[in-house]
Amino acid sequence: VDGNYCLTCGSDKSLKLWNPHKGTALRTYQGHGYEVLDAAGSFDNSQLCSCGADKTVALWDVATGQVVRKYRGHAGKVNCVQFNEEATIIVSGSIDSTVRCWDCRSRRPDPVQVLDEAKDGVSSVKVSDHEILSGSVDGRVRRYDLRAGQLYSDYIGSPITSVCFSKDGQCALAASLDSTLRLLDKETGELLGEYTGHRSTAYRLDCVLSEQDTHVGSASEDGNVYFWDLVEGSLALSLAVGRSVVQSLSFHPTLPCLLAATERHVQLWREETFQPEGDAA
Amino acid sequence: AAAESGDSEEEDLVSYGTALQPLQEGERIKKPVPLQEQTVKDAKGRYQRFHGAFTGGFSAGYFNTVGTKEGWTPSAFVSSRQKRADRTVLGPEDFMDEEDLSEFGIAPKDITTTDDFASKAKDRIKEKARQIAGVVAAIPGTTAFDDLIGPSKITVGVELLRKMGWKEGQGIGPRVKRKPRRQKPDPAVKVYGCALPPGLSEGSEDEEDEYQPENVTFAPKDVMPVDLTPKENVHGLGYKGLDPSQALFGVSGRQHLNLFTGGSEDTSNLLGDLRHSKGRKLGITGQAFGVGALEEEDDDIYATETLSKYDTVLKDEEPGDGLYGWTAPKQYKSKKRSEREVKYIGKILDGFFLASKSSTPSKIYPPPDLPRNYRPVHYFRPVIAAGNENCCLRKALEESTGKIGSDTTQQSRHALNASQRRERLGETGLKGPAPSVLEYLSEKDRERLKEVKQASEQQMKAKILPQQSRNSRFQPASPDDASHKWQMLLGGQLANAGSSDFKPFARNPEKQKRYESFVRCLKQGEKDTLEHYLDPSMTEWERGREQEEFFRAAMFYKSSNSTLSSRFTRAKYEDDVDKVEVPRDQENDIDDKETAVKMKMFGKLTRDKFEWHPEKLLCKRFNVPDPYPDSSIVGLPKVKRDKYSVFNFLTLPEPTTSVTQATNENIQQNNSLNKAKKPSRWDVSDKEKEKKDSISEFISLARSKADVQQQPPVSATEECGTGPSETLPTEVTNEDKDQEEESRPSMDLFKAIFVSSSDEKSSSSEEESDEEQQPTSSVIDSETTKQVDLPDSSSFSVQGKIVAASTDPGVSLSPTSKQELDATEEFGPKLPPAFSSGRFCRLLAYKFCTLNRKEKHRKHREKHKTKREHKHKKEKKKKHKKQKNKGKNKNKKSEKDSSSDTADSSDSLSDIDTTGLSPKELLRR
Repeated sequence: VDGNYCLTCGSDKSLKLWNPHKGTALRTYQGHGYEVLDAAGSFDNSQLCSCGADKTVALWDVATGQVVRKYRGHAGKVNCVQFNEEATIIVSGSIDSTVRCWDCRSRRPDPVQVLDEAKDGVSSVKVSDHEILSGSVDGRVRRYDLRAGQLYSDYIGSPITSVCFSKDGQCALAASLDSTLRLLDKETGELLGEYTGHRSTAYRLDCVLSEQDTHVGSASEDGNVYFWDLVEGSLALSLAVGRSVVQSLSFHPTLPCLLAATERHVQLWREETFQPEGDAA
Repeated sequence: AAAESGDSEEEDLVSYGTALQPLQEGERIKKPVPLQEQTVKDAKGRYQRFHGAFTGGFSAGYFNTVGTKEGWTPSAFVSSRQKRADRTVLGPEDFMDEEDLSEFGIAPKDITTTDDFASKAKDRIKEKARQIAGVVAAIPGTTAFDDLIGPSKITVGVELLRKMGWKEGQGIGPRVKRKPRRQKPDPAVKVYGCALPPGLSEGSEDEEDEYQPENVTFAPKDVMPVDLTPKENVHGLGYKGLDPSQALFGVSGRQHLNLFTGGSEDTSNLLGDLRHSKGRKLGITGQAFGVGALEEEDDDIYATETLSKYDTVLKDEEPGDGLYGWTAPKQYKSKKRSEREVKYIGKILDGFFLASKSSTPSKIYPPPDLPRNYRPVHYFRPVIAAGNENCCLRKALEESTGKIGSDTTQQSRHALNASQRRERLGETGLKGPAPSVLEYLSEKDRERLKEVKQASEQQMKAKILPQQSRNSRFQPASPDDASHKWQMLLGGQLANAGSSDFKPFARNPEKQKRYESFVRCLKQGEKDTLEHYLDPSMTEWERGREQEEFFRAAMFYKSSNSTLSSRFTRAKYEDDVDKVEVPRDQENDIDDKETAVKMKMFGKLTRDKFEWHPEKLLCKRFNVPDPYPDSSIVGLPKVKRDKYSVFNFLTLPEPTTSVTQATNENIQQNNSLNKAKKPSRWDVSDKEKEKKDSISEFISLARSKADVQQQPPVSATEECGTGPSETLPTEVTNEDKDQEEESRPSMDLFKAIFVSSSDEKSSSSEEESDEEQQPTSSVIDSETTKQVDLPDSSSFSVQGKIVAASTDPGVSLSPTSKQELDATEEFGPKLPPAFSSGRFCRLLAYKFCTLNRKEKHRKHREKHKTKREHKHKKEKKKKHKKQKNKGKNKNKKSEKDSSSDTADSSDSLSDIDTTGLSPKELLRR
């Protein structure tokens, strides 16, 4: 989530809050009807949001463990969810090819705005202070600039699995199903770097940038986590996390600390478990 | 000492100075004026200046000094900072007396008439007249300027007159003797009063009256010039403002008002009256003011304007006085010329005289003699046979013999056919050859018949179609009704024009060309020639595919067009209907982006930049100022765009290798409308496709099932009859079905469902659909009794299809929802079951729409189709709402519970049935 806690979600319809450093489960949040596909925490650690295959987006209170609000409106699975900086808006991207912005403040049941420009399911959403970055299966990375009132759409080609901003806000990293990570200049859409070597063809795998934008990391389907030097594009490191697909990655915001989630392919009981790791990337 | 001496001896005393006035009784002794106040003033009340008098000087003050009691003090210092503006520079004029100014060459400050301009002839009369005129005038004093500005010099005429002994105030002319008895000028006669000073003149007159010296001649009386003032106001003619002389002095008795409101007369009158009415009370009289309380004569005041004073009848002025104004020239006009001439002679103007010689009479040409054998009946030339090939000939004829040609055209107007008329009218020609009656049939009928019959049976077809169309009442294209035909032709023309606009293959110009020729061909009904237009270089399979495509395109366009044009008059701006809201900025072609990506040329090539309007609240929540504060748009701005811009509704069927199960072609064609819209859903995203396919599969499956049951022989015959060109497309489309079938559960499931649920309700719906189909099928039957059973079976097929269509929704409502539930994994994101079933109903509605060709339905469907482009669920939801609003409860009902399908779906079914039926029923009536 941010530094101190780790939030996992899985097909057991629940979210779990962990202390990644100690490896202790702090709390379990139950209330989703189907598997939970993504979760995020607010800046002040007071709220959580999650989304799942039940087409809902839920806003949780961390302390009480109750669902504060549930937003229904997506027509399909909700793939990804993000808070904005002040946790006033939840941005969720769904397989119904829309990105919806939900208001946390008011009691409005419908989204503040629906960004329905995507032609296919939205696989990843990131929010900066004034931008919404969405990656879609139609192979486009769309950046909605609220301040400028512009929509930038960059065509990548193959379905996007994950997008993320660089810490300096200049670049956007997009992982796509052609086993390539691309670093795009945010303003012009030019390709700054391309990172290959891992395997990403089927799963929705995460990509990350390290805490100082020095390295690009990506999960892989071969059970490793790969790291590339951001500038040179050379493979810097590959971490053998597990045997099967590493699905989720998240980097500590300040410390060189990585969370990688791998799939224990155990009869679909539980798709994801997170392994807290303290290694430096 | 003097006083003492005076006192002592009073007689011889000498007194000095003036004695004081003796004090009167009771008068207080005046206080002596103190010395400081004893100042000397000149005649104008100014202080006499003593000190420095020759240099301007200054007035003496206290004790005749410039100082005060306290002594001379200069004026206190006043800072010029605050009142800088007040500081005035004093010139020498400020210290000078006014009368001295001119001496020192300083111009006078007020306007005076200098001697140069002062009129030398200053007669008092004029002045007085002016005075009074000034009073009378609307703005008093306007005439004052006349006094100021006069002629600078005595004119030459005056000077001459003077030299001749004329004096001012005298009249001009030979001196006359006064008549002994001189009457006062009669007011009624327009003699102008004398210009002599009134007192003098009258006095003199009086004197003259009294004694007249014999040999004294007098100068004639001066005549005041008539004051011919132009009429500048908007008052009525002769209107005069209330004369103050009359009003004020009560001269009501004087009624004569001459038009010449010369000041002179007025003055004289006025003056005289003034004198006369001295004793009278001043009062205001006249109608304007009413009567004063002290007025005696009040009989006249309320002078009622009786209507009898006015003419109530408009009639010619009574003749007799001979003075016909210009307003009554009637009598003159009615009179003959000779009389007029006579009259004219009577009043010939000066300087004109009658012509001695009358003008030459105008030449009259007698009408030509009629030939002896002339009959007053027009003989027409033999009409040239109307026809296309004769057109040129006739034109040439027209040009050569203009009149006869035009005669023939007039004559043969009814003999012309439409194309010739069009040519005459200069309208743009049809693209193809002259359209046949087939043109006016709805596309669907045509298609069906075309497919049913082989190319050799064209004639028969042409016979049937008009009849059928007449019976079905959809196409009131009766060939005998010429005017209607004409109208229809125009409609067809329009449609043709539209079809030329409709370019589904705009991307591929070659293909588009082929398509156009294909359409043209189709219109002609030439089935066999279709192949000519296909690309010869293509493989057979490709050709077939393309032809199928063309069929669909043409059908899609034509079906909408013909149905519209048959039932309704053309809207002026039909484009609005065809327009649909699409995002203004489409993400441009992916192909070049693909290449760009391959070449790793990210940047401009891969980037699309749009204007995007975030929601205001979103901006607020993001703590970002709204980039478009005054726009109400949210999201991407939309523009209206042509609905038919892209080949949206017709997609290529996916080529698959498995070719099986030849369903009959009739159904293919009959359902082509369904087809046309079905693929439109295929070209949306994969998930969508899957979802939709899962639904459409049911329909197609049910359909094919029904077809298989009912029509195996027909299909066989047809396939062998129509040849490869027709079988290929069917195969292709069948492939679609096969493909669909591959990914769906076994047929048994559906069969089971069909059997189980559709028993009672399908029977009812069947009845209804039978009813619906009754007319057409019967028509076909009656027509084709003599024929082979081909058309008959076709009618059956229609029936069967409809049955299938009407049965399967009710049936498959439950399976779809079930299946949706089951197969979420397979079909991507699953829809809520209610949703899908609702859509199902819509599909059904489409079918009925296409059957009934009800315009509303059609539009509805189109809307759906186009909206499906956007393929967003949100919009679909909206659509649902819309449908609900339209009062078609099917969605609502089916959405509510799709699980309890039997009752509900039958409900919805009946709903649809009624909606589907009603237009037809209406039509039948």
